[in-house]
Parts: sequence; C-alpha cells; structure tokens
Amino acid sequence: MVDSIWRLGCAAHFILLVLLKSVPGFLRFRLITREIYYAGVLSLIIILVSGLFVGMVLGLQGYETLQKFGSESAVGTLVALSLVRELGPVIAALLFASRAGSAITAEIGLMKATEQLAAMGMMAVDPIARIVAPRFWGGVFSMPLLAAMFSVMGVFGGYLVTVVFIGVDEGSFWSQMQSSVDFRYDIVNGVIKSCFFGVVVTAIAVFEGFDAPPTAAGVSGATTRTVVTSSLAILGLDFVLTAFMFRGVS
Amino acid sequence: MATDPLIEFRNVNFSYGTRPILKGVDMSMSRGQVIAIMGGSGSGKTTLLRLIGGEVRPSAGSVTVAGQVVHELGRNELFKLRRKMGMLFQFGALFTDLSVFDNVAFQMREHTNLPESMIRDLVLMKLHAVGLRGAHQLMPAQLSGGMARRVALARSIALDPMLMMFDEPFTGLDPISLSVIGGLIRRLTDTLGMTSILVTHDIQESLRIVDYIYFLADGVIVAHGTPDEVRESKVPFVHQFVHGETDGPVPFHYQAQAYSQDLGIRVESSIQPEIISMNTGNN
Amino acid sequence: MQRTMMDFWVGLFVMVGIGALLFLGLKVGNLTEFQPEQSYVLVGNFENIGGLKVRAPVKSAGVVVGRVTDIQFSVKTYDAVVTMRMDTHYQFPKDTFASILTSGLLGEQYIGLLPGGDEEMLKDGEKIMKTNSAMVLEDMIGRFLFDKASEKKNSDPEI
Repeated sequence: MVDSIWRLGCAAHFILLVLLKSVPGFLRFRLITREIYYAGVLSLIIILVSGLFVGMVLGLQGYETLQKFGSESAVGTLVALSLVRELGPVIAALLFASRAGSAITAEIGLMKATEQLAAMGMMAVDPIARIVAPRFWGGVFSMPLLAAMFSVMGVFGGYLVTVVFIGVDEGSFWSQMQSSVDFRYDIVNGVIKSCFFGVVVTAIAVFEGFDAPPTAAGVSGATTRTVVTSSLAILGLDFVLTAFMFRGVS
Repeated sequence: MATDPLIEFRNVNFSYGTRPILKGVDMSMSRGQVIAIMGGSGSGKTTLLRLIGGEVRPSAGSVTVAGQVVHELGRNELFKLRRKMGMLFQFGALFTDLSVFDNVAFQMREHTNLPESMIRDLVLMKLHAVGLRGAHQLMPAQLSGGMARRVALARSIALDPMLMMFDEPFTGLDPISLSVIGGLIRRLTDTLGMTSILVTHDIQESLRIVDYIYFLADGVIVAHGTPDEVRESKVPFVHQFVHGETDGPVPFHYQAQAYSQDLGIRVESSIQPEIISMNTGNN
Repeated sequence: MQRTMMDFWVGLFVMVGIGALLFLGLKVGNLTEFQPEQSYVLVGNFENIGGLKVRAPVKSAGVVVGRVTDIQFSVKTYDAVVTMRMDTHYQFPKDTFASILTSGLLGEQYIGLLPGGDEEMLKDGEKIMKTNSAMVLEDMIGRFLFDKASEKKNSDPEI
C-alpha cells in the first residue's frame, strides 16, 4: 500500500517533468509526427474492425429488443448514443492501451535496458524531452481521433445490419438518431472523455516504460502493468466522468 | 601540459544505499593520455565513469573535470560540460530505431545548426575513421557486435570531445575486432588530441595501448603505474590480475561456510575439498 | 524538409480522424438541425408537464421551432414554469395554444404550439396564456375504465 502511494507520487512527478520539458518538442513537430504514426496509424486497423463489429452487434441486439415494443426505428438512436457516449471512447481506449500503450512501454523500457537513454543523457540530450515527451503527445493527440473513427465505424456497422440486412427504414434510422443525439451533451462529452483516456493511457505507458527495471523480466512486467493499470484506470475514470457529465441531464 | 590534470578525484566516496562502492579514491589524469582503470567485476569501475559524467553524486570528496567540480554544477552547466565528453557504452547503446548514419548524426542535429550537406560530410568522415563508411545505410540490428561498437565510437566522437570514456570496450569481441577497437582508441586519442579513460578487465590489450593504469579493488586504488611498471609489479593483486591466476588476493570462492558443512559430510581430511575446488577453477 | 511515406500516412490519419468528428457532429448529431443565431424566450405555465425534459423540442405543425431550456416549479401558482428558446424566424400570435404532446405511444414528450388568430405577436420573455397539460397515463386509464364500466351498465340488459 505504502509502495503504491510512493509510485503514484513518482508517476505524478514524472508526468509533470514531461509536461515541463515538452516545449522544445513542440517546435520539432516531426518527432511527434513519427509517434502519431506508431501510436495512431498503426492502431487504425484494430480500431476500425472492432468498431464495425461492435456496431453490428449493437444493431442486431438493439433490433431484437426494440422490435418487441414495435419501436425498431429507434435502433439508430440506441446504436449512436451507446457508441458516442460510452463504447466509442471506452473500447477505443482499451484497444489503444493494449496496442499502442504496451508498445510505448516496451520501447522505452528496452531503450533503458540497452542503455540508450543513458547514452542520450551523456550526449547532453535529455531523454525525457527527446524520447518521452513526443510519445506522450503523439498518443494524447491520436486517442480522440481513434475514438471518433471507432464511433463512426460502429454507426456504419449498425446501419449495415439494421437498414441494409434487416430492412429498418433508412429515413427513420437517421432522423431518430439525429433528433436524440445532442452535439453538445453527447458528442462533445464523448470527445472530452476520449481526450482524458488518451492522457491517462499514454501517461501510464511512458511512466511504466521509464520506470521499468532494465532487465527482460522487468520490461515484460512493465508492459503487462501498463495494460492492466490503464484498463482499470479507463473504466474507473469513465464512471467518474459519466457521473460528472450526464448527471441530471436526461 | 602534464602538470595540468584534466580530471582529478579527491578522496571520493560513493555508496549505493548502505553498500559502499568507493572508499576514498584519489586519482589524477593528464590531458592527451589513454588511461585504463582495471579491477575485477563489481569493483566500482563503471561508477567512476558515471561520477565523471555527473550521472551520480559522490557521498564525500569531489571529482574535478577541466577545473569544474562536477557535482556542484547546475543542470545547464552539466549539459554544457557533457557536450565535451563522449562515452562508449558496454554494448554500444546505439539507437535501434535510427540508421547508422542518423546515429552518428544525432548529436550534430541536436546541438548544432549545421546544414544537412555538411552533416553528411562530417558523418561520413567519422564513419571513415572507424572504417565503416560503407555501412552508413544499415540499421543497428544488422551490425555485428564489433561493428556496432565502432559505430558507437564514431557517434561519441561526432562533436570532437576533449574526453572520451570507454565502458568495457573489449567485452564480447573476437580477437580481431578487439585489436581493431584497441588500435582505434589509441589512434583517435592521438589524432584528435583527446583524453581517453578505459574501464576494462582486458589486461593484455590495455597494456599494449595505454599510458597509465589504475587498479581498483574493493573501492580503493590498490596500485597504479605505467604499463612497464605494471608488468614488473610485485604487488600481489596486480600480479594475480596480470597473469590471470585463479586464486590470490581476489579469492575464487564467494564467502561461504565450510564446504564440508554445506554438503553435510563429516570430513576427516581437510585437504579433500581443496582439491575439488582447484579442479573446478581450472576448467 | 524531406517528405516520407510516414508523413503521408499521418496526414491521412489526421484527415480521416477530423472527418470522423465532422460526421459525428453533422450526420449522427443534430448540430445543423437547430442552431438559431438569434432567438427569443417564451414562458409557459403548465399544470402538469408529465415527462417533459430540458432540451425537448418545441414544434409547430411538426416542425421544430425551438427547445425547452428550463423547467421550474413555481410556489406562487403551484404549477410548472417552462422556458423555451425560440428561433426568431418563427413568430407566434398572442393567443397561441401550447400543449404537451407525446410522439408515438411511448415516445419522447414535446411542446406543440397551435397558433391562434391574434394580430399581435408574442415578444421576448412573454408568457403563453393558453396551455394544455400533459396527458397522464393513469388518468387516461382511469377515465377509460370508468367509461367502459358505464357503457357496460347501459348495454347489460340487452344481452
């Protein structure tokens, strides 16, 4: 218990250092571009495919339930609201943690284990500014975009199943969706959620990597911890954010 | 310039937690020389380099580099000092995500505003000096151990440092690569006017290339001298080290209770375990 | 600056990501639907608002003309005070009739406006005088059962 408080303090201190040392990195956007490629572009496939399937399942299940009450035209609303508010940000963040977060931890951990970080320090280049900060910002920037793509793919998957396969009326699918999904309350809040998740996942990933014991077992343990800790953090934080955002609104 | 030492250790103490690593080390190293620091594994040799680079602080005493006390420097001054230092890590520590060319160009791009065409010329010159100009497009994963270390050497001399530190430069190399690296260290030190510090336990190669040798054991300097003095030395530790004897002041066995007691045998003759241990040692 | 394939992919990624956000805003959400640049406020007192919620639409002839922005309970008149934000394009006469309706049997509730014939128009902050409360299911069922019961009484002798 005392140990985890200790680690939390170290992590907070470390993230503060990363933020303080980020300024020179912003001037060299190319470093961040590279990390967006590794964190964002390479996560695209898993995000898009999962989004499609989650949307299709939502459409199917929603239709099965709603048709009992004769309101199958509300299936668009069901799919869109569940994706935009919850599933989009949360599942995209969980996938991002296991795809990109673990990769960030393993890369930084291995660089530490092979003395690359120490070598960089001896060359008078701060590894936190040069290695950690671009990875942090690349992940933070990619996460909301990935979550939005996940939601869009999900809506498309729901459309595919209910409108194209089952034959729900296309007009009522979209109009019911549009009349009950609010831009400010649902979409903006969903995007804010995914921004929070992006910060949390990449912060955990870079800290675990930087803090990993410089051995093979140390790096693999840190990678596992990244996935476990950030998954728990995403789900816990999601509850807190939902309680704040949607309290008393609908 | 021999009267003006580049690096001075004054009664340096250092400990990891409660475990003392260095206990009052005094050394002074002159400019333009190749100096070797030798000692068994775990005797604190690498810690000496980290003290010079300012990565760790001494718990007592001081390390002076070019007139500046390292642990009293602020962050910016320390980084300024580090730009004049190069360090070769044990396994090269090349950046695995950059090509050989980009590895050598790394410091030039980080610390200077040189145009790309000039960086290209400089990088090829540095790689030429270590004989790997033709390998500039390869990735570090495609290099052999010896080549990786030569690239790392080219990278650490990229900004013409005044001081080069080598952490175990000979470990894990075949005899040819080993003498290539040894020759490079000597030649680069002379042509670039650097000072080089080697931390190593390869006594034969060191005796061939260095100007001065310090022996470190149990956190103190037990002997020092020029290669000729070392060869003639009668100090038991140095003698054991130079001739690679199994047992001597550095014991073969880690501290343990009596062998017979560990095996649970009641031994009449106390000579028996000695014979077994000598056999194992010579294998 | 040297361009690489990686830059292309990152550019595409950012473009698709922003496209997805736009799609969410425009196609999934109702960003375009009702965003009046200029609006005015109307107030109505209802005896019972049923399940009316903030952000519910205000419709006239089925067209959304405004939204409910606030619902309060008044201790002076002991009824619900509903504030609506209306699009300035749509002006309504003073004797407009406001009622709380339900879309479909179990759908969401909204405010329906039935324009009267008055010459004068409602101004910003004015109160709609003629209101009709929400239909409450329990009342409806009660009335239905009562009617059925009296119907039965009348028709019983014939069987």
